Amino acid sequence: MKSTNTSVRVEERLTIEDRIIQWREHLRRHAAISSVDVEELEDHLRSQINTLSEAGLTDDEAFLVAVKRMGDLNALSHEFAQEYSERLWKQLVAPTGAGEHSSGSLRDALAAVGFAIAAGVAVKLPHLFGVTFDGSPDDESFYIRNISLLVLPMLAAFLAWKRGMDRVGVMKVAIPFLAAGLLMNLIPFVQLGSTEILAALHLPMALWLVCGIAYMGGNWSSHTQRMNMIRFTGEWFIYLVLIALGGGVLTGFTVFTFQSIGLDAEWFVQTWLLPCGVAGAIVISSWLVEAKQSIIENMAPVLTRLFTPLFAILLISYLVAMLWSGNGIVIERDLLIGFDLLLALILALLLYSISARDPMAPPDLFDRLQFLLVISALVVDVIALVALSKRISEFGFSPNKVAALGENLILLSNLGGAALLYARFLLKRGTFASLERWQTSYVPVYLVWAGFVVVLFPFIFNFQ
Amino acid sequence: MDIGKDLVAASATPLVLAILSEGESYGYAIIKRVGELTRGELQWTDGMLYPILHRLERNGFIEASWGTSEIGRQRKYYRLTDQGKRELEQHRREWNVVDAALRGIWHSELNLALQDG
Repeated sequence: MKSTNTSVRVEERLTIEDRIIQWREHLRRHAAISSVDVEELEDHLRSQINTLSEAGLTDDEAFLVAVKRMGDLNALSHEFAQEYSERLWKQLVAPTGAGEHSSGSLRDALAAVGFAIAAGVAVKLPHLFGVTFDGSPDDESFYIRNISLLVLPMLAAFLAWKRGMDRVGVMKVAIPFLAAGLLMNLIPFVQLGSTEILAALHLPMALWLVCGIAYMGGNWSSHTQRMNMIRFTGEWFIYLVLIALGGGVLTGFTVFTFQSIGLDAEWFVQTWLLPCGVAGAIVISSWLVEAKQSIIENMAPVLTRLFTPLFAILLISYLVAMLWSGNGIVIERDLLIGFDLLLALILALLLYSISARDPMAPPDLFDRLQFLLVISALVVDVIALVALSKRISEFGFSPNKVAALGENLILLSNLGGAALLYARFLLKRGTFASLERWQTSYVPVYLVWAGFVVVLFPFIFNFQ
Repeated sequence: MDIGKDLVAASATPLVLAILSEGESYGYAIIKRVGELTRGELQWTDGMLYPILHRLERNGFIEASWGTSEIGRQRKYYRLTDQGKRELEQHRREWNVVDAALRGIWHSELNLALQDG
């Protein structure tokens, strides 16, 4: 008899403990109430329950009365919000109430600043060997070939450090960098020729994906990790743009203030502030993305939501105008590059809406809009390609043309595949996850193509 | 008796400061002390005490420190600072003025009523 009695009591105590935990979790969801305040309020609730239990109430009754006396949580949260309005604005650089993480985040911040300084120094390192920014074509050629090789290793190193990569993982990142460094400086490019410039343009793309390997902690075959890397890229870019805006203001004031005392600071801006600043910002942005991951909503999907309808309207009205006026596309030399950029943009809109979407959710209006956008981009691009195909041989197969055409075909087949999978999803014959997987499976294609342009184009086109 | 919302709000700060002038205390004990002092006639919503305590702390009238409760849980204790003592003194003067005025008028009303009767 006695034993059953205690087991009942134990059960009761468990449930009241559970209910206190539930109450606490509910309280935690209010942004204005920090975890320290939750502790304090929980202590109050427990004291109240104890007193009431001692006065003869059952645990359940005591809990109910104590919660009632504590008051409506929404009203309480409102009071806290008036006292601590800053808590509703999530703080990125100085997180509050997360005492246990602060030493880790300080360490990260110091490391980020360290690697950013290293990147800034790396940009100027060739000056020790007499290679400068304002120098001869020799110097210019050196810099366009090597600039990404000077900066991006610092980003990769920071990410590898952050991920705590082992030796095998570090090799996966270091070997491509070393190979790229050797190739860029051993291939006998014609100075500032097309293949050299194309290589210089495609190398950062390839190396960015190598940095992505560091970001993924060397786990490049995981599709989830690849999607994270896509998210990272979008957020990183947004931070870089924001830093660039601030940097622009800083630059303006640097020139202006020194001018007012008759000193010319422009040389300093151009040879030090700008190059070192950009190099540092590349590392700092990646740290900001890492630091804020769970604190702030991702920006890229928000922008995507905003611009997808607008671009859909643009493309459809463009098609309508073309049909209505009967005007064909005027073929100019840079036409293909323009359409490449358009497709890349549409792809970005698609990627970042995919990255933020719940794959289990059924198709909604936005999905149809996105589908419409992809289809109209495909139609526009195919019209442009058809118009060009007649003339493409007239232009001859210069490196630039082949690169632009190759990129166009890569993006076209990506969007074509995406459109097909999207249609199946909208008709409920396929899943959204397959569309996501298509995009993450496609990532290596970009790496292979960029590598191809960097390494094989010079040989195909005789280093011109 | 229900005391109006405005009066509850206005009296909260001097009450909390006065209770803390008796010595270091914590949220639940302060609420209990208010209950004792007013014989249960002044009812606060318990949770609302905490934003008040935090505001007083931010203004430097009280300071907080973490200790442990009798059952070993973390508990935040509050203590009156010198600035808080001056603030309490100020409140005391203000309330005395109001109190004297009300007593005065009610006392004379009582006298008049007695004279009439």
